[in-house]
Amino acid sequence: MSAVEITHLTKRYGHVTALDDVTLTIDESSITGILGRNGAGKTVLMSIITAQDQPTSGTVRVFGEDPTENAAVLSRTCFIRDNQRYPDECKLDHVLRIGRLFYPNWDDGLASRIATELDIPTDRHVRKMSRGQLSAVGLLIGMASRAPLTFFDEPYLGLDATARTMFYDLLLADYAEHPRTILVSTHLLDEMENLLENCVLLSRGTMLKHGSIDELRSGGWEVSGAWADLEPLLAGRRVLRERRMGALGIVIVEGDERFAREARNRGLTVAPASLHDLVAAYGLLDHDMAEVAR
Amino acid sequence: MFEDGVPIFTQLAEAIEADILRGTYPEGAQVPSLNELAVFHRINPATANRAVAQLVDRGVLIKRRGIGMFVADGARQLIADERRKLLVERYVNPLLAEARALGLSEQDLITLITKEATP
Repeated sequence: MSAVEITHLTKRYGHVTALDDVTLTIDESSITGILGRNGAGKTVLMSIITAQDQPTSGTVRVFGEDPTENAAVLSRTCFIRDNQRYPDECKLDHVLRIGRLFYPNWDDGLASRIATELDIPTDRHVRKMSRGQLSAVGLLIGMASRAPLTFFDEPYLGLDATARTMFYDLLLADYAEHPRTILVSTHLLDEMENLLENCVLLSRGTMLKHGSIDELRSGGWEVSGAWADLEPLLAGRRVLRERRMGALGIVIVEGDERFAREARNRGLTVAPASLHDLVAAYGLLDHDMAEVAR
Repeated sequence: MFEDGVPIFTQLAEAIEADILRGTYPEGAQVPSLNELAVFHRINPATANRAVAQLVDRGVLIKRRGIGMFVADGARQLIADERRKLLVERYVNPLLAEARALGLSEQDLITLITKEATP
Protein backbone atom coordinates (compact mmCIF):
# COMPACT_ATOMS: atom_id res chain seq x y z
CA MET A 1 0.00 0.00 0.00
CA SER A 2 1.15 3.52 -0.70
CA ALA A 3 0.74 6.38 1.75
CA VAL A 4 1.43 9.12 -0.78
CA GLU A 5 0.94 9.19 -4.53
CA ILE A 6 2.11 12.17 -6.51
CA THR A 7 1.61 12.52 -10.26
CA HIS A 8 3.12 15.17 -12.53
CA LEU A 9 3.40 17.64 -9.69
CA THR A 10 4.66 21.08 -10.69
CA LYS A 11 4.91 24.11 -8.43
CA ARG A 12 5.81 27.57 -9.69
CA TYR A 13 6.28 30.77 -7.74
CA GLY A 14 6.24 33.47 -10.40
CA HIS A 15 9.14 32.69 -12.69
CA VAL A 16 10.69 30.17 -10.31
CA THR A 17 9.89 26.51 -10.82
CA ALA A 18 10.23 24.93 -7.37
CA LEU A 19 9.07 21.47 -8.44
CA ASP A 20 9.07 20.27 -12.01
CA ASP A 21 6.86 17.35 -13.06
CA VAL A 22 7.53 15.13 -10.03
CA THR A 23 5.88 11.71 -9.98
CA LEU A 24 6.51 9.42 -7.02
CA THR A 25 4.97 6.97 -4.58
CA ILE A 26 5.79 6.63 -0.89
CA ASP A 27 5.19 3.17 0.57
CA GLU A 28 3.24 2.84 3.77
CA SER A 29 5.39 1.88 6.79
CA SER A 30 8.72 3.05 5.50
CA ILE A 31 11.28 5.70 6.38
CA THR A 32 12.17 7.84 3.37
CA GLY A 33 14.95 10.41 3.19
CA ILE A 34 14.34 13.54 1.12
CA LEU A 35 17.79 14.48 -0.13
CA GLY A 36 19.21 17.34 -2.14
CA ARG A 37 20.85 20.73 -1.83
CA ASN A 38 19.25 23.75 -0.24
CA GLY A 39 16.69 25.10 -2.69
CA ALA A 40 16.21 21.70 -4.36
CA GLY A 41 12.50 21.69 -3.45
CA LYS A 42 12.47 19.43 -0.37
CA THR A 43 10.40 21.70 1.88
CA VAL A 44 7.99 22.67 -0.94
CA LEU A 45 7.37 18.99 -1.64
CA MET A 46 6.53 18.30 2.01
CA SER A 47 4.38 21.44 2.24
CA ILE A 48 2.30 20.35 -0.74
CA ILE A 49 1.82 16.77 0.50
CA THR A 50 0.53 18.21 3.80
CA ALA A 51 -1.73 20.69 1.94
CA GLN A 52 0.02 23.71 3.45
CA ASP A 53 0.72 24.78 -0.12
CA GLN A 54 -1.12 24.14 -3.38
CA PRO A 55 0.34 22.61 -6.54
CA THR A 56 0.39 24.65 -9.77
CA SER A 57 -0.49 21.45 -11.61
CA GLY A 58 -0.52 17.73 -10.96
CA THR A 59 -2.23 15.67 -8.27
CA VAL A 60 -1.43 14.60 -4.73
CA ARG A 61 -3.16 11.72 -2.96
CA VAL A 62 -2.55 10.96 0.70
CA PHE A 63 -4.02 7.68 1.93
CA GLY A 64 -5.94 7.68 -1.36
CA GLU A 65 -7.53 11.10 -0.86
CA ASP A 66 -6.94 14.72 -1.78
CA PRO A 67 -5.38 16.26 1.37
CA THR A 68 -6.69 19.81 0.72
CA GLU A 69 -8.95 20.87 3.61
CA ASN A 70 -9.45 17.20 4.34
CA ALA A 71 -9.67 16.81 8.11
CA ALA A 72 -9.68 13.01 7.93
CA VAL A 73 -6.34 13.04 6.15
CA LEU A 74 -4.72 15.96 7.97
CA SER A 75 -5.39 14.57 11.45
CA ARG A 76 -3.27 11.59 10.39
CA THR A 77 -0.47 13.84 9.21
CA CYS A 78 2.21 15.63 11.22
CA PHE A 79 4.68 18.05 9.60
CA ILE A 80 7.49 19.48 11.70
CA ARG A 81 9.11 22.37 9.87
CA ASP A 82 12.71 23.36 10.47
CA ASN A 83 11.45 26.83 11.45
CA GLN A 84 8.27 25.63 13.17
CA ARG A 85 6.49 28.56 14.89
CA TYR A 86 4.59 28.35 18.16
CA PRO A 87 2.18 30.82 19.80
CA ASP A 88 4.06 33.57 21.68
CA GLU A 89 3.09 32.77 25.27
CA CYS A 90 3.44 29.03 24.75
CA LYS A 91 5.41 26.82 27.17
CA LEU A 92 6.18 23.12 26.84
CA ASP A 93 3.04 22.24 28.80
CA HIS A 94 0.83 24.07 26.25
CA VAL A 95 2.56 22.30 23.39
CA LEU A 96 1.81 18.94 25.02
CA ARG A 97 -1.85 19.86 25.51
CA ILE A 98 -2.22 20.98 21.88
CA GLY A 99 -0.58 17.76 20.71
CA ARG A 100 -2.98 15.71 22.82
CA LEU A 101 -5.98 17.56 21.33
CA PHE A 102 -4.83 17.47 17.75
CA TYR A 103 -3.38 14.00 17.20
CA PRO A 104 -5.62 10.97 17.81
CA ASN A 105 -2.62 8.66 18.40
CA TRP A 106 -0.80 11.08 20.74
CA ASP A 107 1.23 9.25 23.42
CA ASP A 108 1.72 11.17 26.68
CA GLY A 109 4.24 8.70 28.06
CA LEU A 110 6.46 8.99 25.00
CA ALA A 111 6.14 12.79 25.09
CA SER A 112 7.34 13.09 28.68
CA ARG A 113 10.12 10.56 28.07
CA ILE A 114 11.42 12.62 25.16
CA ALA A 115 11.10 15.86 27.16
CA THR A 116 13.26 14.34 29.90
CA GLU A 117 15.79 12.66 27.64
CA LEU A 118 16.30 15.72 25.45
CA ASP A 119 16.29 18.00 28.49
CA ILE A 120 13.58 20.40 27.26
CA PRO A 121 12.97 23.19 29.82
CA THR A 122 9.40 23.26 31.17
CA ASP A 123 9.34 26.79 32.57
CA ARG A 124 10.62 28.68 29.55
CA HIS A 125 8.51 30.26 26.80
CA VAL A 126 9.03 28.40 23.54
CA ARG A 127 9.88 31.68 21.78
CA LYS A 128 12.84 32.12 24.16
CA MET A 129 14.23 28.64 23.57
CA SER A 130 17.55 28.03 21.84
CA ARG A 131 17.71 26.58 18.34
CA GLY A 132 18.52 23.14 19.74
CA GLN A 133 15.69 23.27 22.28
CA LEU A 134 13.23 24.28 19.52
CA SER A 135 14.37 21.33 17.44
CA ALA A 136 13.87 19.08 20.48
CA VAL A 137 10.27 20.34 20.85
CA GLY A 138 9.70 19.56 17.17
CA LEU A 139 11.08 16.06 17.57
CA LEU A 140 8.88 15.52 20.60
CA ILE A 141 5.71 16.51 18.71
CA GLY A 142 6.66 14.54 15.62
CA MET A 143 7.39 11.37 17.57
CA ALA A 144 4.64 11.55 20.22
CA SER A 145 1.98 12.35 17.59
CA ARG A 146 2.47 8.81 16.25
CA ALA A 147 0.84 10.22 13.11
CA PRO A 148 0.52 7.59 10.37
CA LEU A 149 2.32 10.06 8.09
CA THR A 150 5.05 12.12 9.77
CA PHE A 151 7.39 14.68 8.18
CA PHE A 152 10.57 16.04 9.70
CA ASP A 153 12.25 18.91 7.85
CA GLU A 154 15.91 18.89 8.90
CA PRO A 155 14.98 17.96 12.45
CA TYR A 156 18.50 18.13 13.88
CA LEU A 157 19.29 21.87 13.58
CA GLY A 158 21.16 23.08 16.66
CA LEU A 159 21.15 19.65 18.34
CA ASP A 160 24.46 18.39 19.65
CA ALA A 161 25.81 14.95 18.72
CA THR A 162 24.44 13.36 21.92
CA ALA A 163 20.91 14.67 21.35
CA ARG A 164 20.97 13.62 17.71
CA THR A 165 22.04 10.09 18.65
CA MET A 166 19.22 9.97 21.22
CA PHE A 167 16.80 11.01 18.50
CA TYR A 168 17.96 8.31 16.08
CA ASP A 169 17.65 5.65 18.80
CA LEU A 170 14.22 6.89 19.84
CA LEU A 171 13.04 7.02 16.25
CA LEU A 172 14.13 3.47 15.47
CA ALA A 173 12.82 1.96 18.69
CA ASP A 174 9.43 3.65 18.38
CA TYR A 175 9.18 2.97 14.64
CA ALA A 176 9.92 -0.72 15.25
CA GLU A 177 7.07 -0.90 17.80
CA HIS A 178 4.69 1.38 15.89
CA PRO A 179 5.48 1.23 12.18
CA ARG A 180 4.33 4.29 10.27
CA THR A 181 5.30 6.34 7.24
CA ILE A 182 8.07 8.81 7.98
CA LEU A 183 9.68 11.30 5.60
CA VAL A 184 12.73 13.19 6.71
CA SER A 185 14.78 15.75 4.85
CA THR A 186 18.42 15.67 5.86
CA HIS A 187 21.93 16.73 4.94
CA LEU A 188 23.49 14.48 7.60
CA LEU A 189 23.81 11.41 5.41
CA ASP A 190 26.67 9.75 7.22
CA GLU A 191 24.63 9.80 10.42
CA MET A 192 21.23 8.94 9.02
CA GLU A 193 21.64 6.72 5.96
CA ASN A 194 21.26 3.48 7.93
CA LEU A 195 17.93 4.65 9.34
CA LEU A 196 16.49 5.15 5.88
CA GLU A 197 14.88 2.51 3.70
CA ASN A 198 14.10 4.68 0.67
CA CYS A 199 15.15 8.03 -0.69
CA VAL A 200 14.01 10.80 -2.99
CA LEU A 201 16.85 12.84 -4.47
CA LEU A 202 15.88 16.30 -5.72
CA SER A 203 17.94 18.80 -7.68
CA ARG A 204 16.55 22.20 -8.63
CA GLY A 205 12.98 20.95 -8.47
CA THR A 206 13.61 17.84 -10.55
CA MET A 207 13.57 14.35 -9.10
CA LEU A 208 16.89 12.71 -9.98
CA LYS A 209 16.47 9.45 -8.08
CA HIS A 210 13.72 7.63 -6.24
CA GLY A 211 14.07 4.15 -4.83
CA SER A 212 15.73 2.15 -2.09
CA ILE A 213 18.85 3.52 -0.43
CA ASP A 214 20.68 0.31 -1.37
CA GLU A 215 19.86 0.88 -5.04
CA LEU A 216 21.19 4.43 -4.94
CA ARG A 217 24.27 3.34 -3.02
CA SER A 218 25.15 0.47 -5.36
CA GLY A 219 24.71 2.57 -8.51
CA GLY A 220 27.80 4.75 -8.20
CA TRP A 221 31.55 4.12 -8.04
CA GLU A 222 34.69 6.03 -7.35
CA VAL A 223 37.25 4.92 -9.93
CA SER A 224 40.84 6.11 -10.00
CA GLY A 225 44.02 5.35 -11.90
CA ALA A 226 45.79 6.26 -15.12
CA TRP A 227 43.57 8.56 -17.17
CA ALA A 228 44.52 6.66 -20.35
CA ASP A 229 42.96 3.49 -18.84
CA LEU A 230 40.08 5.31 -17.24
CA GLU A 231 38.80 7.51 -20.04
CA PRO A 232 37.71 4.77 -22.52
CA LEU A 233 35.52 3.25 -19.79
CA LEU A 234 33.51 6.43 -19.40
CA ALA A 235 32.02 6.54 -22.89
CA GLY A 236 28.22 6.66 -22.71
CA ARG A 237 28.20 6.86 -18.90
CA ARG A 238 27.04 9.61 -16.61
CA VAL A 239 30.15 11.00 -14.92
CA LEU A 240 29.17 12.87 -11.79
CA ARG A 241 32.58 14.22 -10.87
CA GLU A 242 35.95 14.26 -12.48
CA ARG A 243 39.33 15.32 -11.08
CA ARG A 244 42.66 15.14 -12.91
CA MET A 245 46.26 15.38 -11.80
CA GLY A 246 48.87 14.89 -14.49
CA ALA A 247 48.35 11.41 -15.95
CA LEU A 248 46.04 10.39 -13.09
CA GLY A 249 42.30 10.76 -12.82
CA ILE A 250 39.56 10.08 -10.32
CA VAL A 251 35.86 10.04 -11.17
CA ILE A 252 32.53 9.33 -9.56
CA VAL A 253 30.50 7.55 -12.20
CA GLU A 254 27.23 5.64 -12.50
CA GLY A 255 27.53 1.94 -13.20
CA ASP A 256 26.60 -1.56 -12.09
CA GLU A 257 28.69 -4.43 -10.68
CA ARG A 258 29.79 -5.45 -14.15
CA PHE A 259 31.19 -2.01 -14.81
CA ALA A 260 33.11 -2.20 -11.51
CA ARG A 261 34.60 -5.58 -12.48
CA GLU A 262 35.61 -4.30 -15.88
CA ALA A 263 37.33 -1.31 -14.30
CA ARG A 264 39.17 -3.57 -11.83
CA ASN A 265 40.29 -5.82 -14.67
CA ARG A 266 41.89 -2.81 -16.30
CA GLY A 267 43.97 -2.30 -13.19
CA LEU A 268 41.98 0.68 -11.92
CA THR A 269 41.15 1.21 -8.26
CA VAL A 270 37.41 0.86 -7.73
CA ALA A 271 35.44 1.59 -4.59
CA PRO A 272 31.71 2.07 -4.12
CA ALA A 273 30.98 5.77 -3.77
CA SER A 274 29.61 6.63 -0.35
CA LEU A 275 26.06 7.95 -0.22
CA HIS A 276 27.49 11.24 0.97
CA ASP A 277 29.77 11.52 -2.09
CA LEU A 278 27.01 10.46 -4.46
CA VAL A 279 24.48 12.97 -3.19
CA ALA A 280 27.10 15.71 -3.16
CA ALA A 281 28.06 14.84 -6.73
CA TYR A 282 24.46 14.77 -7.95
CA GLY A 283 23.99 18.16 -6.34
CA LEU A 284 26.80 19.57 -8.48
CA LEU A 285 25.23 18.43 -11.71
CA ASP A 286 23.63 21.05 -13.80
CA HIS A 287 20.85 18.76 -14.86
CA ASP A 288 20.57 20.21 -18.36
CA MET A 289 24.13 18.97 -18.78
CA ALA A 290 23.34 15.72 -17.02
CA GLU A 291 20.71 14.78 -19.58
CA VAL A 292 23.40 14.75 -22.21
CA ALA A 293 25.29 11.49 -21.94
CA ARG A 294 28.95 11.75 -22.80
CA MET B 1 30.24 -1.40 13.04
CA PHE B 2 29.26 -1.08 9.37
CA GLU B 3 31.49 0.16 6.59
CA ASP B 4 30.86 1.71 3.20
CA GLY B 5 30.89 -0.40 0.11
CA VAL B 6 29.12 -3.58 1.17
CA PRO B 7 25.33 -3.42 1.60
CA ILE B 8 24.37 -3.21 5.29
CA PHE B 9 22.12 -6.26 5.09
CA THR B 10 25.04 -8.37 3.79
CA GLN B 11 27.26 -7.13 6.60
CA LEU B 12 24.57 -7.89 9.20
CA ALA B 13 24.04 -11.40 7.78
CA GLU B 14 27.79 -12.01 8.01
CA ALA B 15 27.90 -10.70 11.57
CA ILE B 16 25.13 -13.11 12.60
CA GLU B 17 26.97 -15.95 10.84
CA ALA B 18 30.17 -15.07 12.68
CA ASP B 19 28.26 -15.20 15.98
CA ILE B 20 26.90 -18.64 15.08
CA LEU B 21 30.40 -19.91 14.18
CA ARG B 22 31.77 -18.50 17.42
CA GLY B 23 29.01 -20.23 19.36
CA THR B 24 27.37 -17.02 20.61
CA TYR B 25 24.17 -18.43 19.13
CA PRO B 26 24.39 -22.25 19.43
CA GLU B 27 22.38 -24.45 17.07
CA GLY B 28 18.76 -24.56 18.16
CA ALA B 29 19.07 -21.26 20.06
CA GLN B 30 16.78 -18.32 19.45
CA VAL B 31 18.32 -15.26 17.77
CA PRO B 32 17.16 -11.68 18.47
CA SER B 33 14.00 -10.39 16.79
CA LEU B 34 14.06 -8.04 13.80
CA ASN B 35 13.18 -5.10 16.00
CA GLU B 36 15.92 -5.95 18.48
CA LEU B 37 18.45 -6.24 15.67
CA ALA B 38 17.33 -2.93 14.14
CA VAL B 39 17.52 -1.00 17.41
CA PHE B 40 20.79 -2.60 18.50
CA HIS B 41 22.57 -1.98 15.19
CA ARG B 42 20.80 1.36 14.53
CA ILE B 43 19.48 0.28 11.16
CA ASN B 44 16.11 0.34 9.45
CA PRO B 45 13.99 -2.74 10.35
CA ALA B 46 13.56 -3.44 6.62
CA THR B 47 17.34 -3.83 6.36
CA ALA B 48 17.38 -6.24 9.31
CA ASN B 49 14.59 -8.15 7.60
CA ARG B 50 16.63 -8.51 4.39
CA ALA B 51 19.60 -9.89 6.31
CA VAL B 52 17.49 -12.41 8.16
CA ALA B 53 15.52 -13.41 5.05
CA GLN B 54 18.81 -14.19 3.32
CA LEU B 55 19.89 -16.44 6.23
CA VAL B 56 16.50 -18.17 6.26
CA ASP B 57 16.74 -18.79 2.49
CA ARG B 58 20.16 -20.38 2.91
CA GLY B 59 18.98 -22.63 5.72
CA VAL B 60 21.07 -20.97 8.44
CA LEU B 61 18.05 -19.72 10.40
CA ILE B 62 14.58 -21.19 10.79
CA LYS B 63 11.48 -19.07 11.32
CA ARG B 64 8.89 -20.48 13.71
CA ARG B 65 5.78 -18.45 13.18
CA GLY B 66 4.63 -16.56 16.24
CA ILE B 67 7.63 -17.70 18.27
CA GLY B 68 10.77 -16.33 16.64
CA MET B 69 13.88 -17.24 14.73
CA PHE B 70 16.26 -20.05 15.61
CA VAL B 71 19.66 -21.32 14.48
CA ALA B 72 19.11 -24.34 12.24
CA ASP B 73 20.68 -27.72 12.99
CA GLY B 74 23.83 -28.05 10.89
CA ALA B 75 24.11 -24.26 10.48
CA ARG B 76 27.69 -24.13 11.76
CA GLN B 77 28.89 -26.68 9.22
CA LEU B 78 27.03 -24.88 6.45
CA ILE B 79 28.63 -21.55 7.32
CA ALA B 80 32.09 -23.08 7.72
CA ASP B 81 31.85 -24.68 4.25
CA GLU B 82 30.78 -21.42 2.64
CA ARG B 83 33.49 -19.44 4.38
CA ARG B 84 36.17 -21.91 3.31
CA LYS B 85 35.25 -21.18 -0.31
CA LEU B 86 35.40 -17.45 0.40
CA LEU B 87 38.83 -17.83 2.02
CA VAL B 88 40.42 -18.34 -1.39
CA GLU B 89 38.63 -15.43 -2.99
CA ARG B 90 39.07 -12.99 -0.15
CA TYR B 91 42.50 -13.82 1.22
CA VAL B 92 44.48 -16.25 -0.92
CA ASN B 93 43.99 -14.55 -4.30
CA PRO B 94 44.87 -11.03 -3.07
CA LEU B 95 47.87 -12.51 -1.22
CA LEU B 96 49.10 -14.17 -4.44
CA ALA B 97 48.60 -10.96 -6.41
CA GLU B 98 50.58 -8.93 -3.85
CA ALA B 99 53.35 -11.56 -3.73
CA ARG B 100 53.66 -11.49 -7.52
CA ALA B 101 53.83 -7.71 -7.52
CA LEU B 102 56.70 -7.99 -5.03
CA GLY B 103 58.46 -10.64 -7.09
CA LEU B 104 58.01 -13.41 -4.50
CA SER B 105 57.62 -16.95 -5.74
CA GLU B 106 54.99 -19.39 -4.49
CA GLN B 107 57.75 -21.19 -2.59
CA ASP B 108 58.82 -17.91 -0.93
CA LEU B 109 55.21 -17.42 0.16
CA ILE B 110 54.91 -20.93 1.58
CA THR B 111 58.17 -20.45 3.51
CA LEU B 112 56.85 -17.15 4.84
CA ILE B 113 53.52 -18.66 5.96
CA THR B 114 55.21 -21.63 7.61
CA LYS B 115 57.56 -19.31 9.47
CA GLU B 116 54.70 -17.11 10.70
CA ALA B 117 52.61 -20.13 11.73
CA THR B 118 55.40 -21.63 13.86
CA PRO B 119 55.43 -20.10 17.31
